[in-house]
Amino acid sequence: MELRNESVKMPEAAADDTEILNPDHDQDDAETDKASKIAVQTESLSVFFNERPAIEDISLKLRRNRVTAIIGPSGCGKSTFLRALNLMHEMTPKSRVIGRIRIHGKDITSSSSVDVRKKVGMVFQKPNPFPTMSIYDNVVAGLRLNGKRRNSELDEIVERNLKHAGLWEEVKDRLKAPALSLSGGQQQRLCISRTIAVNPEIILMDEPTSALDPISTAKIEELIYNFKSEYSIIIVTHNMQQAARVSDSTAFLYLGKLIEFSKTRRMFTNPKEKLTEEYVTGKFG
Amino acid sequence: MSTPAKIYGPPKNLARRKFTNSLMITLCVVAGVVTILPLLYIFFYTTKSGLSSVNIDFFTQLPKPVGESGGGMANAIVGSIILIGLGSLVGIPVGILAGIYVSEYSKSIVSTIVKFTTDVLSGIPSIIVGIFAYGIIVLPMKRFSALAGGFALGILMIPTITKVTEEMLRLVPQTLREASLALGVSRWKTSLFVVLKTASSGIITGILLAIARAAGETAPLLFTSFGNSFWQTSIDQPMAALPLQIFSYAISPYEEWHRQAWAGAFVLIFLVFVVNLLVRYVTRSKYGAS
Repeated sequence: MELRNESVKMPEAAADDTEILNPDHDQDDAETDKASKIAVQTESLSVFFNERPAIEDISLKLRRNRVTAIIGPSGCGKSTFLRALNLMHEMTPKSRVIGRIRIHGKDITSSSSVDVRKKVGMVFQKPNPFPTMSIYDNVVAGLRLNGKRRNSELDEIVERNLKHAGLWEEVKDRLKAPALSLSGGQQQRLCISRTIAVNPEIILMDEPTSALDPISTAKIEELIYNFKSEYSIIIVTHNMQQAARVSDSTAFLYLGKLIEFSKTRRMFTNPKEKLTEEYVTGKFG
Repeated sequence: MSTPAKIYGPPKNLARRKFTNSLMITLCVVAGVVTILPLLYIFFYTTKSGLSSVNIDFFTQLPKPVGESGGGMANAIVGSIILIGLGSLVGIPVGILAGIYVSEYSKSIVSTIVKFTTDVLSGIPSIIVGIFAYGIIVLPMKRFSALAGGFALGILMIPTITKVTEEMLRLVPQTLREASLALGVSRWKTSLFVVLKTASSGIITGILLAIARAAGETAPLLFTSFGNSFWQTSIDQPMAALPLQIFSYAISPYEEWHRQAWAGAFVLIFLVFVVNLLVRYVTRSKYGAS
């Protein structure tokens, strides 16, 4: 909580909501200080598809207000790990998640996925704005679908979140235009404003720039950097330069297992594991 | 390695290939023309035979007894509209919800059964559906009624609408569902306000198809709505319908009635056409997505 209040421009509602996520916060004060710095903690997290493990026994503590990158070759379980954090595997038939996930100290494995996802937003690989909606409607889609409809308030929310995602100047004159009329990079920033409009505390990004050109990529990386003061970000990326540029810590996954997790600088200069070194230097993967 | 020259040179069987190519294209064009000819002919012939008997009386007058000239099918036109309305009340909600269930919640065995049942139902002859409606509505009520007719038409609409809804929903990319769920939107709201909305133009086309089919159905109305020569707008009474009226006029021996039957056929086609345009206009997409 202490950390939270220092962060700039926190939306008013967030403070209360943090409380809800941390009901046992005040009870054990000893843990408080340590726990409040951890945004996401997984304990022996495994995900099975058709009884075959996609990730196995991953235990990680991801700091609050930091960017954590998850790297690894295709099929190593990066996305599977990420999607476990907002309970997205509920949608996949024949999937099974075991282990614990704590968001700000609270075990979410048995929580309602709807509540979890309001706090843990997600940005996807391919920009996926709602095609039947305008730019404006896309930004407030999450709020509207959850029953918030006061229009005067929505105007302000749209402006604030588009500005926040660095899209306002480009679209302010055509908010009613279809979302699909935007370029790919703009669409992705629209998706980011849609995600932050519901006031999440954690943002999961699943290769958010892999479908974008270098300029759009740079804009999104800049956003990620600026978002650190307000959100905890976990980004899956195939691009090791990107991981090195944007993240504070990096986790390297290989064949469903966590090989190494450390500060990004260390990971790319002096990794502990040989496998990590080989991967980051391009010897395989 | 002396073959490359052969690869780039003209092939020996070029003439045969070109012939086969143009033959296949010709066959495709012929098949295309064969498909549109009957439709054009129906439109042309119905218009030619029917248009001359369509006048203001046709839309405002009741059928006249044999021997008297003039008269119209006002009661049958209104009856058809009421029957299709009743059918839509049954067919559209049930069809759409069943389609959502099969597409979005398809893990359970129930959805497999629903899918199989709709496939079977779409193959059942419409007269059987009429007999079914007769059995469960006409017999207990002890009289023919528009209610029974509308119910039969609704049952006939269900499989088409379910099928189209299911297929259109399946075309909606999974990432859109995930985008909505990731915003903390519940599953049913996602299904209804994101997935269904995205697929709406295709589903509307399916509904229109079902309505057009139902509008022309005669057989299921024979034992249900029965037909009526008088004004009748309460749904628990026998009601006239255009296809029924066309049928009884067309098999009559009177020249005047034959002309009226043609006019009825023309109006029926026109009615379906108008409903089509109207629904498309009302539900048109803001963003020109078909």
